[in-house]
Amino acid sequence: MAAAAPAGATRSEIYRGNGPRLMLPVWAFIGIFLVLPVLLMAIYSFLTKEFRGGVIWEITLAAYDQFFLDRGLFGDEPPQIEWTYIGIFWRSIWQAGLATFFCLLIGFPTAWFIATRNAAVRPVWLFLVTIPYWVNLLIRTVSMKFLIRDTGPLNEFLLWLGVISEPLSLINTNFAVQLGLFYSYLPFMVLPVYAAVERYDFALSEAAADLYADNWTTLRLVILPVVKPGIVAGCILVFVPSLGAFLAPDLLGGAKTFMIGSLIEEQFKGAAGNWPFGAAAAMILLTIVLGVLLLHARAQAKGGR
Amino acid sequence: MKTFLTTTALALALAGTAHAEGKLSIYHWFEYIPQELLDKFAAEYDVEVTMDTYDSNEALLAALKAGKLGEYDVAVPGDYMVKIMGDEGMLDTFEPSELSNFGNIEDQWLDVAFDPGRKSSIPYQWGSTSFSVNKEVYGGDLDSLGLIFEPPAELKGKINVLDTAGETLTLASLYLGIPQCTADRDQLKALNDLVQTAKADWASFGSDVAKDVLVSGDAAAGMIWSGFSAKARSEGAPIEYVFPKEGMIVWMDNVVLLKDAPNRDNALKFMNFLLEPENAAAVTNYAQYTAGVKDVAPLLDPEVANSPESNPPEGVTGVFVEACPEEVQVMYDAIWTNLKK
Repeated sequence: MAAAAPAGATRSEIYRGNGPRLMLPVWAFIGIFLVLPVLLMAIYSFLTKEFRGGVIWEITLAAYDQFFLDRGLFGDEPPQIEWTYIGIFWRSIWQAGLATFFCLLIGFPTAWFIATRNAAVRPVWLFLVTIPYWVNLLIRTVSMKFLIRDTGPLNEFLLWLGVISEPLSLINTNFAVQLGLFYSYLPFMVLPVYAAVERYDFALSEAAADLYADNWTTLRLVILPVVKPGIVAGCILVFVPSLGAFLAPDLLGGAKTFMIGSLIEEQFKGAAGNWPFGAAAAMILLTIVLGVLLLHARAQAKGGR
Repeated sequence: MKTFLTTTALALALAGTAHAEGKLSIYHWFEYIPQELLDKFAAEYDVEVTMDTYDSNEALLAALKAGKLGEYDVAVPGDYMVKIMGDEGMLDTFEPSELSNFGNIEDQWLDVAFDPGRKSSIPYQWGSTSFSVNKEVYGGDLDSLGLIFEPPAELKGKINVLDTAGETLTLASLYLGIPQCTADRDQLKALNDLVQTAKADWASFGSDVAKDVLVSGDAAAGMIWSGFSAKARSEGAPIEYVFPKEGMIVWMDNVVLLKDAPNRDNALKFMNFLLEPENAAAVTNYAQYTAGVKDVAPLLDPEVANSPESNPPEGVTGVFVEACPEEVQVMYDAIWTNLKK
């Protein structure tokens, strides 16, 4: 079917001028699986809700009104700022931010440790980091629950050691949610940071030491600027999925408070059945994530100059 | 594009059923039917059976609304959800003559408010929703919903409640003695205040884990369905299912014939199959609720037939959960969101 390449044409000459056509599959993929669903969601967020799920094709701002304005339990008080949903978003952002911080705190030294090993054993360490990923996230989260529950092995062990006399109440707390997020996403921090540290030229550290920089100054002024792209990438890879996580809050946190993910789920699956509101909440979440990524892109652009 | 997809689906379907006469696609609750019974049906009628599961009536409705209607033959909604689905036009109807075992339905479940004359549904199982308490943790009287909504010191911080607005808020309403779907402001405020205060004493919200938390000891008391509590007890939880003096929720799950069912004939065969006393008993022996079918009693395991969860004492009242009109439902939704914010 396709025209044969003229005799003697090099490989790059075959592609010349065909760029847009060769990009078609990519654009089709992005269009069908990314742009179209997001567009659909954007449209739904401006439609009128139908009772018990579904939408009526009439344009309204009701979903955004519900998100930002509080008209009281019965809907007839003068509108005030609605803190409920902002609070849910803030809690999710805080949890995700904290998880990112802890992942960086543990992930950076881990990546450093692996990158400074003998080149022959580095793949083994990386392999060990990825092993938990062979198991489904749901299973890993439930297992964490079994480990830390009041009658679980962790508490039994501490009781046996005599460190504690009463089981620690770990399950159904924010601590448990943090633990779950940290455990789920730690490798997302380790791997990009490792990739950056591996390329670091240790002669730079020696040069810094020759110039009387102490360890802390070397880390701050020499190492961090060089490995920063890896750290930023790791932070985004941990922060973004943590923001929408609902397995950890549901299973480890006891589902006592909505996170962004469970709030949106409730609008589609729960008694509320308010699809436009779920779509609006998802759009607002998307806006926040895009904002974070744009900030990152701008910082990258500046760094490159 | 659509034709292409349909053709592919058809090809896959044909490939998968080379050995069976037909198909049956079931949308069911989790952990609610023994696999052996599905296998038995498949063998008896030479039908390939597939089943997907959901964890709440609302999730079932949402999935069907989102385009799954036409994919499944039968589903098993609870009482009020049968009414909602009927009103939404999601159910097909059948004539009693199409089910040779129609006469096996117990008289009290023949003409029900949620499906008068049983035109689209047959009984599956019925039971109650209340709560169970670990007797090793709490030794006092077990007779009031106050143990959940205004708990004693021993139970504070050790309570699991069902993660569905309908059941949790209905039990709270029973405790307060206010009607369901009330539009009275003072009553709604009292309901809101009650659950807000009680939440501080609750450890977790969860429906699918309701049994596990009682067995593991994560919770010392928990709202639960009667048969699920019996299962927890048989798995070693030292619990007692409570019949509160304020009343409890009674529910009935029903097999419905879905609109646009791809295998309507097999769906009716399956419904007829479930009305056989022997098969209804198999479900009851597994799920430990109560069948709405005649002549099941002699076929039950003794421990199921005599289980305290299925045999409430005299004088206990049960109410069905009501489907509220929209203007009232939004207030209950607001209370629920407010509770979990």
